[in-house]
Amino acid sequence: MAVLIDLRMSAKLESLGRLIGSLSNCAKAQGFEQEKISRMELAAEEALVNVFRYAYPEQPGDVEMICRLEGERLAIEIIDSGIPFDATAMPVPEVTDGDHEREPGGLGILLMKKVMDEVRYRREKDRNILTLIVQKD
Amino acid sequence: MKIDATKEGNAVVMSLKGRLDAVASSEFETSLSDWMSKGDNNFLLNFTGLEYISSAGLRSILATSKKLKERNGKIFLSGLHGPVEEVFKISGFISIFRVFATPEAALKEI
Repeated sequence: MAVLIDLRMSAKLESLGRLIGSLSNCAKAQGFEQEKISRMELAAEEALVNVFRYAYPEQPGDVEMICRLEGERLAIEIIDSGIPFDATAMPVPEVTDGDHEREPGGLGILLMKKVMDEVRYRREKDRNILTLIVQKD
Repeated sequence: MKIDATKEGNAVVMSLKGRLDAVASSEFETSLSDWMSKGDNNFLLNFTGLEYISSAGLRSILATSKKLKERNGKIFLSGLHGPVEEVFKISGFISIFRVFATPEAALKEI
């Protein structure tokens, strides 16, 4: 399980470009197709932005992104020390209704779940660890 | 992200290039608001040059669309492709808006 990236940054929007850029370069170097890379960027952005917005309501904090190659798949861990939050347990909005009054709250989580092969959550030592998994093939 | 906007007939044609992510979406929303404050209520968002969109971008579009509805205005879309089209499909947004293959086709209908 080779660690390809381990990057810790301030949990704020200004960190997004650096984190996504680094993930994208890494996936490219590992030979992932562009379609898969776009999906990784999307899922990682949604996970990171949730951390930026909600993890630290009181004081600023950090976010860590670790990418591991596990055989033929890439596992992206997004880690924060903020309030407990399990994105995988969130209800996802109905996608079939066409009216303009739909609640956009869970949209990011919906996208994340749809474009990843697997999304896992665990709470460990007061940290939230969200793992996004993409198969290479 | 780069935004080019021109008035064509009834609508403001806004062509987006690059990435509409959480960082770019506030700039995009401001640009839409600026046109709205000048009295424009119909927008054609052309995504031919757009490579990426996240939920932040979708939220900006939805928020603007709600404001426009109160003023009898509307958002039309064109040029969806690749990852952007995929995001519109899986979010269900593709059925909320009128979508055209090209900006030319859209302008005939607006």
